[in-house]
This record gives sequence, C-alpha cells and structure tokens, in this order.
Amino acid sequence: MTTTTTQARSPTFMEEIVTNTPGSDPRLEMCIQCGTCGGSCPSGPDMDHSPRKLFAMIDAGMKEEVLSSNTPWYCVSCYYCMVRCPQEIHITDIMYTLKRMAIQEGLYRESSAASAPGFSETFIDYVDTYGRSFELGVATWHHLRHHPLKAVGMATGMGLEMLRKGRMDLTPNRIEGMDQLKSILNKAKELGGEA
Amino acid sequence: MKYGYYPGCSLEKNASAYHDSAMAVAGPLGLEFNEVKDWNCCGATEYISIDLIPAYALVGRNLALAAQQNSNGDSNQLAAPCSACFLNLKKADQYMGDSPDLANTVNTALAAGGLNYQAGDVVVRHLLDIFVNDVGLDAIKEKVTKPLYNLRIAPYYGCLIVRPGSMGSFDDPEYPTSMDHMMSALGAEVVDFPLKAHCCGGHMTQISEDVALDLIQRLLKNAADYEADAIVTLCPMCQLNLDAYQDNVNKKYGTNYNIPILYFTQMIGLALGLKPEDLGFGKEFIDATPALSKIGAEVPPKAKKKRQSKEELPMPVMPQES
Repeated sequence: MTTTTTQARSPTFMEEIVTNTPGSDPRLEMCIQCGTCGGSCPSGPDMDHSPRKLFAMIDAGMKEEVLSSNTPWYCVSCYYCMVRCPQEIHITDIMYTLKRMAIQEGLYRESSAASAPGFSETFIDYVDTYGRSFELGVATWHHLRHHPLKAVGMATGMGLEMLRKGRMDLTPNRIEGMDQLKSILNKAKELGGEA
Repeated sequence: MKYGYYPGCSLEKNASAYHDSAMAVAGPLGLEFNEVKDWNCCGATEYISIDLIPAYALVGRNLALAAQQNSNGDSNQLAAPCSACFLNLKKADQYMGDSPDLANTVNTALAAGGLNYQAGDVVVRHLLDIFVNDVGLDAIKEKVTKPLYNLRIAPYYGCLIVRPGSMGSFDDPEYPTSMDHMMSALGAEVVDFPLKAHCCGGHMTQISEDVALDLIQRLLKNAADYEADAIVTLCPMCQLNLDAYQDNVNKKYGTNYNIPILYFTQMIGLALGLKPEDLGFGKEFIDATPALSKIGAEVPPKAKKKRQSKEELPMPVMPQES
C-alpha cells in the first residue's frame, strides 16, 4: 500500500482576493468575460484596464500589473456593474479589496491615481481622531499634500463660498465616546484582515 | 411613527438644508425621528479602501448604539438620509448576517468598547423609502396646501439607495420611480430624466476632477435637455457635486447651466406651505430664486455678516498624534 502526501500550495492571487472580500462568496472565479461591467462603467474610459480585462489578468495571476493599475481607484462605487453582471460577481466589493491590497503591497504608487489613497488616508485620520468627518480639513490637507495650487483655489473660491453659506465648519467636532471608538478601532486593527 | 435617526456627517453642516427640511416636515406628516446619541462617521467610501475590519467596526458601533438605544422597543427602524451612510449601515448588517466569521471578528472589536451587534437587530431604511412607503403618497397629498404646479422637476436618485439590488431595494436599480410619483403628488411636473440613477462622480472631484466633471456635465445636460427648472435629489454628495461644481462644468465645457439642486424634503416642505427659511433654502450655490418664483415662494434674503476681526482666517487643524 502506498501513501500519498499532498503538499499545501500557497494561495493563488484570485484566492487571496476572495479571502479578503467580506460577506458571502464574491463569485470572482465565475467571470465569463462578457464585458457587461466595462460597458456599464461611468469611468471605464479613464481606466487603465476595464474590469473585465482586470479579472482576466487576475485569473492569469498578474498580481503586480493588477495592483499597480488605476482601475480600482477610478471605480466610483456606483454598483452598475454589480447589478448588471449576469454571474452576480461582487465587482464593487472586489475593487475595494484590490485598493487595500495595492496599499499593502505599496503598488498604488505606480498608478496614475497615486494620490487617491492619500485622500482616503486623510479622511480616516480625521475619523480616527474625532469620530466624524470634517470636509474642510480633509479637502484642504489632501490638496496641500498633493495639489498645492488647487488648495489655494479652493480656499479663495469654492471653500470660501461654502463657509459664507454656512455649509462648512472651521473646526471639527469630536464625539463624546472617542475613547470607546478608539478602543474598538485599535482592537479591529489588531484583528486585521480576517474577514 | 417612530424611527431611530442617523444623520451622518454631511447633514451636520454641508447638507444642513436636508436635515432642517426633513425635521420640519416630519411633524406634520406624523413622523418622529430620535437621533442616535453620539453616532460616529460611517467611513463613507474611504475607510473600506484602507482597512477592512476597522471599517466594519466603525459602522458596527453605530448599529450597536442604535440597537442599544432602542432598548425600550420603540422602533428597530433606523432612518438614514444620506445614501452613502444608508448603504454602509445596511451592508454591514447584511454582511454580518451572511458571514459568521465577519460578525465574530467585528463583535470582538466592538467588545473592546463594551458593545455588541447582532445582524437584524436594526432595520436600516433610507428617508425616501420612509416617506414614500410608510407615510404614503396619498397621506402626503392630503396635506398639500401649496401645490408645486408648473414647476418642472428632474428627480435624481444617484447610485447607492437603489444599488446593489442584491440586498433588496425599495425601487428599481436602473430606473427608479418612487420620487417621481412623490413629486407628482406634490403637484409638480416631473420631466423624463433618463440619467436619473447615474453617478455624480462621488469623491472623484477630489481625486480626478476631469473624470468627475464629465459625469456631472452629463447629468446637467440631460436635465437641461428636458427643460427642468430644478433637479431634486436625496443625497448630500449628489447635491454637493451638482451644485458646487456646476460653475466648474460651465467653465470647462463652455456651457451655461444654471439648475438649482434641491432636496426632496425641501419640496415636500414647500408643498405643505412651510416657509422657505425653515427648509434651508438660501444655502445652495445655484440660486433657487427663479425656480421658487414659479410657485410663488421666495428664497430668504442672505444674512450679511460683518467680519468681526481682521485676523487671518483660521486654518483647519490636523489630527493630533495620540
């Protein structure tokens, strides 16, 4: 009698994405390359690769090319692709997973949307500190970091108009349970990517 | 009818017109909204782009607080006026139900703050759903004292209240009509608006303005082609993008759009005969005066504030390291 030993292989790029996507099975491997997603995408023409092509690249294990493309960052979260996909793939959720993986691998810096994660990071800095978002601060700091000239334009144009119309605060509001929220978020960060 | 109420960050300031008008019409229509005490940001579309479990824990705290504060059993219905908040709350509840692993992990994090949330404890509803399906169009119509006759309205739904449909939506994901029927009930003339559920660009105004302006321009052109006097929306992000960036669109495309972007709750208020100043009018970038004059209402005059000191405008402060 012979015994067979199986050696555990490391997960494929596609399996990594599926593991990191929350909720029920995102059905990524069900893609039939029909292209309905790209045809429904409002920012499709500005993407390096359409979602359909990106999914074929994922299947081919082209991790670096996928994570350094601007495609996930140009996803506007409109969910048109998701409601039209005949295979019911959770496309928008997968785009969020690709953003997180691109940041972890540091590959977003290669993409033409290199400043996009900075916007998200500035936003969550405020949430982590105050518990609420703060539009003036988020927009100003994002532009000061990435497009200084635009920050000047904002401060003198639209930003000033927002202040004048009482649509923007000059200082952020902090929630009362900030300590509680911090404990929760710190624990959540510690637990990390287990979905 | 009682509801928990999660206003979200935008309604505190930028979209205060939405909050004020919703609160103003709630009483006359028999609705009671109890704000969730000490709610936090829902994370918008940003937190989930950076960190998965904290993004769900952030939303989880709000759901747990809403459930906890409903301990007297008044209502497990949680109303959210902002489309992004609505989807984040609803999705977290749904996905925690779908995935026990996710629910356990989120609850381990929530336990660090003494909280716990079980999927289904709270039923998340968008404000439009509540007005259309709980109050009902007939009941609203009965209260109309100043019908919005002759006002041509393009009802704009945007993305996140109708999609993704997988979680059960109260309206069609591609061609919703609930707000159309509501505007008709108020007496307005509803124009055809084929792009009614297309995207306003969301946060792309901050990341790639060219992409955003293209999307905004399509919506404005569509409403202008059908000669709408106003676009009526239900989302603070859609309102901000179409209103505050209309000028940038005109500069970029050589157009001359001048379409006010208003909230559906403001329109209900006008039709119920409430005063425009109690409904947040006057805060829009694109002047609503011409549209309102068609129904005999006036935009309140702007309060002129004198600068108190000649000091420089204060700069926003950066979060402190802790």
